Amino acid sequence: MLEVNDIHFAFPGQHFHFNLKVEAGSFTTIIGPSGGGKSTLLHLISGFETPAAGKITFNGEDITQLHPGKRPLSIIFQDNNLFPHLTVEENAALGLSPALKLNAAQKSRVIDALNSVNLEDKAHRKPGELSGGERQRAAIARTLLRDNPLLLLDEAFAALGPALRQDMLSLVKTLHVQRNLTTLMVTHHPADARAVASHVAFVANGKVGISGPTADVLANRSHPELQTYLGETL
Amino acid sequence: MAIGNKFHAAPLVLLVIAFSMSCGLVPILWLGINNPIIPFDSHTLRVLTFTLEQALLSTLLSLVLGVLAALALARRKFLGRNILISLLALPMALPQIVVVLGLIGLFGAEGWLANTIPLYGLSGILLAHVFFNAALVARLTFTALQSIPTEQFRLAAQLGLSDGQHFRHVDWPVLRHSVPGTSLLVFLLCAASFTIVLTLGGPQATTLEAAIYQALRSDFDPARAAALALMQLALCAILASGIIWFTVKPEQQVALRLNPKRFDGQSPFSTIFDAIALVAITLLLLLPLATLVVKGLPCITISASFANALATSFTFSTLAATTTCLMAYTLAHAAARSTRFAKAGQLASIAGLALPPAVIATGWFMLAIATTGLNSIAVVLIVALNTLVAMPYAYGTLAPHMRSIAQLDRLSASLNIAGWNRMRIDVRALRRPLTLAFAMSFVLSLGDLAAVLFFGDGHYVTLPALIYQQMGSYRMQGAIGTALVLAALSWLILFAAEKVWQDA
Repeated sequence: MLEVNDIHFAFPGQHFHFNLKVEAGSFTTIIGPSGGGKSTLLHLISGFETPAAGKITFNGEDITQLHPGKRPLSIIFQDNNLFPHLTVEENAALGLSPALKLNAAQKSRVIDALNSVNLEDKAHRKPGELSGGERQRAAIARTLLRDNPLLLLDEAFAALGPALRQDMLSLVKTLHVQRNLTTLMVTHHPADARAVASHVAFVANGKVGISGPTADVLANRSHPELQTYLGETL
Repeated sequence: MAIGNKFHAAPLVLLVIAFSMSCGLVPILWLGINNPIIPFDSHTLRVLTFTLEQALLSTLLSLVLGVLAALALARRKFLGRNILISLLALPMALPQIVVVLGLIGLFGAEGWLANTIPLYGLSGILLAHVFFNAALVARLTFTALQSIPTEQFRLAAQLGLSDGQHFRHVDWPVLRHSVPGTSLLVFLLCAASFTIVLTLGGPQATTLEAAIYQALRSDFDPARAAALALMQLALCAILASGIIWFTVKPEQQVALRLNPKRFDGQSPFSTIFDAIALVAITLLLLLPLATLVVKGLPCITISASFANALATSFTFSTLAATTTCLMAYTLAHAAARSTRFAKAGQLASIAGLALPPAVIATGWFMLAIATTGLNSIAVVLIVALNTLVAMPYAYGTLAPHMRSIAQLDRLSASLNIAGWNRMRIDVRALRRPLTLAFAMSFVLSLGDLAAVLFFGDGHYVTLPALIYQQMGSYRMQGAIGTALVLAALSWLILFAAEKVWQDA
C-alpha cells in the first residue's frame, strides 16, 4: 500500500497538504481542476519535490527522503519521456542498465518488452521518427523492464487523440493486471477514470478532497468542488 | 497586396551597407590580387600562424572554463548564483582596453600578482581573450542547458543515472549542438581581435588584424596591408560560414525554463569540479575589475585632454548609435514583413561579423587617400565603421520584437490604425529594445579603438585613444584612471538602458 501522510509542501503563493491511501494492486486516477495539485502530488511521491513535513510510505517502507532513482516506482510524463539521441531499443534498455551494457539475456528482455507494446519493428528508430503514441509505448516498455511495483502516469496520454488515448489506456490496463502493478494516473478526463480505474482521488486547492472507489466518488453529490469540476468537464 | 508591405527606406539601407562594404573590399581586392607574392613571405606566414595559434588556444581555454562554469551554474543552487550569472554579462559592457588596463594593474610590473604571468606576449593575449570569451561561452552554454526539458532531468533521476551518464544522455546531446557554433564564434572573435593584440602583443606576437594596422599606419605599405586584409577576410569568411552552418535554426529553439530542478552533480568528483570552475571564473572576472577600481580611483584626473576626449567620444558614439538604430529599425521593420528582407537583414548581420573592422578600414583608408584625403572625411569614416560594427547587435535586438509587432498589422488595418497613430503604438512597444539597441551601439562605439586609430590621425582623440596614448607614453596611472571612467560610463549606460523601461 502507498500512503501519503500529512505531506506539506509550498510553492510561492500556494500551499499543499496531502493525505492519501492507495491500495496495493489498485488503479487510481487523480482528477481535479488545473493548478489544484495533481501533478505536484505525483512529483512528491516520485521524489522530484521534497516535502517540508510528512511521510510517504510504500508497503510500510518510508520513502520520503529517498532519491528518485531509489524509489520503487516508474513514472511516465506527457512529453520528453525518451532521450532523443538514443534509439527506441536503447531508451528501453536504460530501464535495465543505465550504462547501456547488456548481456544476451538482458537484450532478449528488451526485445520482449518492445514486443509487448508492439514496437519490435521500430527498435532502431530514434524518438523523432515515431508518432506520439509510439513514443509513449516506448516509455511504457522501459517501465516494464524496470519492474517496479508502482506505476505513475502524469497526464501521459493528454496529448494524444481520443482513439489513440483509449488504445493506450487499454494497454496500460492490461499491463497493470498482468504485472500486478499499483497504478496512479493523473488525468483531465473523468471518463478515463470510469474506463480503467478502480479508485479515484479528487485533488483541488492543494489537497485530496475526496477519494474512494470510482463509482462512489463520481456519484458523490455532497462534495461541492467535485460537483463543480464534474459539471465543468462532463 | 499584403498589409504593410511598403518598404521605401529598407532597400536604401541595404544599398548603403553594400556600398560601404564594397568601398572597403574593392581597393583590397585590386591591390591584393596585383601583389600575389606578399601573402607567402615569411613575415606574413608567421603572423598568420600566430593569429591561428592564439585564436585556437584562446578558444580551447575559453571553452573548457566556460562550459564547466555553465554546467556548474546549471546544476547548483548557491548564494550569489544570480549575481554570478549577471557577472557573466559584464564583459559585454566593457571596452577591451579597459580590461587590458585591469590586467596590467594585476599582472604588470607594479601589479598585485607581478611576475606570475608574463603579460606582454601570448600569455597576456590569452588571458585577456579568456576574460571576454569564457564568460561568453558560459552564457551561451548556460542558455543552451536551460533549454533542456525538465522531464529529462526527472527521467534521468528516476533511472538512477550517474553524473557521467547524466552528462552523456542529458547534457551532451544539447552541448554537441551548441559547442561547435560557440567555438567558431569565439575563434572568429579572437582571430579578429585588435585592441588586445595591439596593446599586449609585440613584434613576435601580432595577429593579422593588428598587422594590417601596422602595415598601413606605421610602415605605410598599402600592398602588404591589402594582402593581409585579404587573408583576414578569407579566414573570417570561412569561420562565419561555419557559424551559420552550426547556428541553431529558430524553429529548433525551444522555450527556456528558468532554473529547472536538477538531480545530478551529487558525486564528490562533480562537486570538486564545479567548485573549481565557479571559483576560477569568478576570480577571472572580478580580479581585473577590482584592480581597476582600487588602482584607478585615486588616479582619476579631469584634465583638458580628458574633457576633450570625453566630448569627442560622446559625439562619435551618439552619431554612430543614432545611425545604427535608424538603419537597424528600417531593416528590421521590412524583415518582419518580407522573407526577402529577412534574408537580406540576416546576411547584413553576418557580413558585419565576417568583415573585420580592420579589413573594411584598410579599403576605406586607401580610397580616402586616393580621392578626398583622409582629414576631410575622417569623422564620417569613424562613425560609419562603428555603425557597421554595431549593426548586427542592434538588428539582433530589434528584429524579434519587430516580428511580434508585425503580427498586429491585420488588427491595425481592421481598426484603420495607420501612419502616425500606428507608429506611436510601435514605438511604445519597441521603446525597451530600441533603448537597449541604442545603448549597446553607443557603448560599442565608446570603446572603439580601431576606427579612431585608423582614421583619427591624432586629430580626434576619444577616451580609448587617450588611454592608448597614455600607455604609449608610460603614464600608466593616468591610463588606469581614464580606463576606470570609461568602464563606469559603459556599465552605467547599459545598466540604465536595462532599467529605464523594465516594466514596459
